[in-house]
Amino acid sequence: MPPATTLYRGREGMWMWLVHRTTGVAIFFFLLIHILDTSLVRVSPEAYNAVIGMYKTPVYAIVEVGLVAAIILHAFNGLRIIAVDRWTWALRHQRMLSWIVWGIFAVLMAGFLPRHLMHAFGGA
Amino acid sequence: MARSATPAPPALTPIPSRRTIGRAQPWAWMFQRVSGVILIVLIFTHLFINLLTGDGVSQIDFAFVAGKWAAPLWRWWDFAMLVLALGHGYNGMRMIVDDYAHGRIVPHILHWSLRISTVVLMVLGSLVIFTFDPCPLGADPALLPTFCEDVR
Repeated sequence: MPPATTLYRGREGMWMWLVHRTTGVAIFFFLLIHILDTSLVRVSPEAYNAVIGMYKTPVYAIVEVGLVAAIILHAFNGLRIIAVDRWTWALRHQRMLSWIVWGIFAVLMAGFLPRHLMHAFGGA
Repeated sequence: MARSATPAPPALTPIPSRRTIGRAQPWAWMFQRVSGVILIVLIFTHLFINLLTGDGVSQIDFAFVAGKWAAPLWRWWDFAMLVLALGHGYNGMRMIVDDYAHGRIVPHILHWSLRISTVVLMVLGSLVIFTFDPCPLGADPALLPTFCEDVR
């Protein structure tokens, strides 16, 4: 017997589901760390500056690129999920909407990457 | 493709999955959607201001935070991000635990770890935002925002 028909198995829908889960979990764990490191402003300026200084290292600059990428994907795929749940039109075009999410991702990353890498590596 | 063999109308009715539906109450879905939309505005503004304006990531230090939190708007902005992002993340992680954690003990441990860490970080973050002192006594003046010179 073939598996039950669902929007979420196979092709774009399934891959976007996987992207949504993995980016969500990654962002959640970053959020835990980010609240803790920000809390150091209540300890002392020295403690906060020492830890936040790690964000300015080349390795972490790359991690930030991944973080921003994850947030953009999770955000716009989230809007796609809302639309697919809400409107029949979006449900019918959910595969196209998946590619629109990747299109928005490409545009926003193209805007973010050069400036962020200049700040992180170029001293600009 | 298999898609063409499937008439659209039956696919429109929700398909109950074994674990999530029934457990994930309607309010959880609604909260996830509402908080998600608000978080897009809050977080994209946060990233734009902190990473793209000025000197980007290299400008962030104690004085930068103190400068932002001198305005109540940014304290409430960050408080809203804290509460909504933790709530949204807790809710999502809770569903993932429901989907994958099996047995009698492991799901309980994971659910309670999530609840405790969420509440602890919400309280910690709120205290930090609203009891923040931009000009702590005895700190190196070079690390403080410039307006501290007028305060002391």
